[in-house]
Amino acid sequence: MTHPADRTDLDALIACPRCDALYKVREPAHRERAVCARCHHVLIAPRRGAGAQIVAVALTVVVLVVAATIFPFLEVSVGGATNASSILDAALAFSGSGLFLLLALAVAALIVVIPVTRALLVIYVIAPLVFDRRPLPHASSAFRLSEALRPWSMAEIFAIGCAVALVKVADLATVSLGPAFWMFSVLVVLVVAQDSFLCRYSVWKALEREARPT
Amino acid sequence: MTSAAGQSPPTARDSGLVGCRRCTRVWPIETEVCGRCGHALQSRDPQALQKVWAWWLVGVGCYVPANLYPMLETRTLVDSQDATIVGGAVELALHGNWGIAIVILVASVLIPVGKFLVIAALALGVRYRSGLSERLRHQLHEIVEYIGRWSMIDVFVVAILSSLVQLGTLAAIRPGQASLYFALSVIFTMLSAQAFDSRLIWDTDPAPKPAAPAERSPA
Ligand SMILES: [Zn+2]
Ligand SMILES: [Zn+2]
Repeated sequence: MTHPADRTDLDALIACPRCDALYKVREPAHRERAVCARCHHVLIAPRRGAGAQIVAVALTVVVLVVAATIFPFLEVSVGGATNASSILDAALAFSGSGLFLLLALAVAALIVVIPVTRALLVIYVIAPLVFDRRPLPHASSAFRLSEALRPWSMAEIFAIGCAVALVKVADLATVSLGPAFWMFSVLVVLVVAQDSFLCRYSVWKALEREARPT
Repeated sequence: MTSAAGQSPPTARDSGLVGCRRCTRVWPIETEVCGRCGHALQSRDPQALQKVWAWWLVGVGCYVPANLYPMLETRTLVDSQDATIVGGAVELALHGNWGIAIVILVASVLIPVGKFLVIAALALGVRYRSGLSERLRHQLHEIVEYIGRWSMIDVFVVAILSSLVQLGTLAAIRPGQASLYFALSVIFTMLSAQAFDSRLIWDTDPAPKPAAPAERSPA
């Protein structure tokens, strides 16, 4: 068996996280992507100037989620009775008893806490890189946590859920959209955009390079 | 990029290395923690399939009561009803809302059951050398991981409806027991899909595939 690499140039290798195929890194040009030949997983997709965009989007996400949590996002009325509901109300709809309380907390986490946490972590990690500063302490752990939280950040799913709920209530009551509904719609677009801008490989590479003592 | 190992099998493990699944950095195979991101390293987790099956069983176990109990308890002036997932869809279909009934059945029955079957097939495929191609099984895993989160939409709809429709005696919707079990089932199924190490699919792959990954311009 051959060991193609000794310890000094492991730096120049990349292993596909999904199929373990090993490659020697040749960084693709701006807007090109390096894709695993075996499983087609996107390994590297650098975008010049993406850092500033990502930080701006993350800041907007934080503001939007906080605002959307406070303002009502849907309002129903039947006859004379009306009721407006905010996103916190929706999460707390489950807060009846025992296990339902747990579900209320889980829903609040999935649609508010985790998306905001991810945005804050991304700002913490990437903002110093944008301004050519050394990464803040524990930036690697922060970015790793942000990546681990990715599947559990469900703000966009909640937004589509609003649309489904609208259809369901339509024949029961008159529904009007509150300001938070529109904020959440913008949020969905931003969250999706942010994930497609972010080249994980470039971030890890930058963290590694900048963290090295000079 | 070019393959590191030339003609010999191009996986990290075959080269005596272990790749970090979080940040793709490569280390000597005996390394336990990634020096770049701090993620725990393991070339192949010998217990990966056991974890998949454990989460899978709890997920299926929660899906049964999710279908037996009511998802929503609706009270209006004229009537009150406790609808299960399937019951609610049938009700809609009887009222002529075929479109929504089909959407609900696909989202709440077809997709969850499909996920259980695909994850089971993937785990069995590793154990008993599946006849399906690696590429196909890999795609199935990616689809299950992608779709898994979207099943939470049912729970969110219940949450939205129950917080919104609180109109005193006129109309009120309360979450039913099933919403709790459904949420748990979705979460456990997600954990099951995440526990499945897609590298296991490719370990049975006999011949090394083309040496260089394709370079693609954006579409
Ligand atoms: Zn791959
Ligand atoms: Zn790592």
